[in-house]
Amino acid sequence: MTNKIVIAELTKGTVHASTAELVSAAQAMGGDVTVVVPCTDASMADSVASYDGVSKVIAVKSDVFAGNDSSGWASAIDSATPAGTVLFLATARSKDVASRLAARRGISVVQDVVSIDGNNLTSPIYSGKANQTVTVNGDAVVSVRANVFSGVGSGSSNDVSVVDASGDVKTAVQQVMERASARLDVSEANIIISGGRGMGSPANFSHLEAVADTIGAAVGASRAAVDTWDEIPHSMQVGQTGKTVNPNLYIAVGISGAIQHLAGMRSSKYIVAINKDADAPIFQHADYGIVATWEEALPVFQDALSNLLG
Amino acid sequence: MKRFSFADTIEMSTIVVLVKQVPDTNAKIAVQGGRVDLSTVKMEMSPYDGFAIETALRHKEATGGTVTALTVGAAGTEKILKDAKAMGVDNIVRVWDDAWSELDSNALQSVLKEAVESLGANAVYCGKSAADTGAGSTGPGLAERLGWANASNIIGAEFGESVTVSMPVEAGVATITVPLPAVISCDKGDFKPRKANVKGIMMAKKAQVELMTANAPPSTVVVASHSMPEAKPAGKTFEGGSSASQVVQLLRDEANVL
Repeated sequence: MTNKIVIAELTKGTVHASTAELVSAAQAMGGDVTVVVPCTDASMADSVASYDGVSKVIAVKSDVFAGNDSSGWASAIDSATPAGTVLFLATARSKDVASRLAARRGISVVQDVVSIDGNNLTSPIYSGKANQTVTVNGDAVVSVRANVFSGVGSGSSNDVSVVDASGDVKTAVQQVMERASARLDVSEANIIISGGRGMGSPANFSHLEAVADTIGAAVGASRAAVDTWDEIPHSMQVGQTGKTVNPNLYIAVGISGAIQHLAGMRSSKYIVAINKDADAPIFQHADYGIVATWEEALPVFQDALSNLLG
Repeated sequence: MKRFSFADTIEMSTIVVLVKQVPDTNAKIAVQGGRVDLSTVKMEMSPYDGFAIETALRHKEATGGTVTALTVGAAGTEKILKDAKAMGVDNIVRVWDDAWSELDSNALQSVLKEAVESLGANAVYCGKSAADTGAGSTGPGLAERLGWANASNIIGAEFGESVTVSMPVEAGVATITVPLPAVISCDKGDFKPRKANVKGIMMAKKAQVELMTANAPPSTVVVASHSMPEAKPAGKTFEGGSSASQVVQLLRDEANVL
């Protein structure tokens, strides 16, 4: 049984709560679990020190973790991470770093794992139209999807050792254009409301935004909407050639449910569909379907949400 | 076919674009006997690879040089190379050894490293992920093996001594200088893949696929089985817009998500 090393996920300068899910995932693979916390300040590892089920916490301190260069991240993490199977959270940046770390170590990487049975790891393929189980012989680097494993509890007090590391940074950030809207990106939201071509015009997405603002949701779109209207950017696209999402609640409005789209959102915990066509394929995947035009249903939906949450 | 070495194109760019054959993204996928059954599914170039080809061609148009499209696959994958040729790449290369079956990421990237080095490339483009696994490991993993810089999921680029890319980061969209040599993976962004014209398609028909092989270490990650995702139990359907308030109540009381 080789060592399992969890790389804590950093988001906005703090350790992401899903790091506790990675510890559960590591336990499912078996072996001793070490957590490595990439940080710019060792105090960022404090929240991990109380995790249950962890034998060691290593805070790796480096300036590279303030930036985005995956070479810098991977080399700094590599220098402080013991040999074994390494687990990351499956976010865009961490999947990049995971790939580099595996390559540095001459081992393979398995991405987007959603189920673990010893050294058998299952990931969705074709954006969730099927699952693939692989058997891992020896050490590997693995990324695990968020919201799949329940996190370990806390209450322990693990020792934290601090290691200073430098990284091999290869790229340089010129500037960052901050996201104009405070609204979440679909890849990080717990609730998503998406519109399709059934919305009639890009201007009508304002009705989706109003609902999103009430419930703290991100606004997404189908490929048909993104391809039809220049005003709807690809960054909003949910589907096999857009983003794959698994929020707690996915609300599809005016989306018929092409295979492409279903592939990207079918693993959402709850799905609501609003569509005027009762035969639309989206209804076969919806927990709650509303057969109505969005013009009829959305105002009622919005009012009910405001009453409930306001 | 002329083989470009790094030495005689030092001031020009020698660009490689990685392409992969995948099932049509609009196709239904079925599992037979624990394996995905692709026998009736149309195969095509992974959609993001089109953005990579477009970016590679724009790089060449800005700096001069050559673009070589490269795939790793058996003979049946040559159509996507012809498609790349029709879009305007200069050379098409297929890397394969009949002893290979499924290559894990370590084996695949080792093969790609050897092929890219032997082509003398100083810029490699690929799609942000292939539409089959969606893993997105190849770009950054190959960059690490080559000791190169990388940028992933770019949505725009300008070309010169280095490549300046736009790429989404946590806070928004960053403009990042990527020194060459580098591996850059492309999302759908500013560049729309050009359509092949008649002349391109005619040239692609006649174009020769250059064959290469390389050393692949044994795969330690092997596919055990495929399965279909669990079907969801049937949901509740309501008629008429006024039912939306009922659904909101169910989302609170039954689903517990509000």
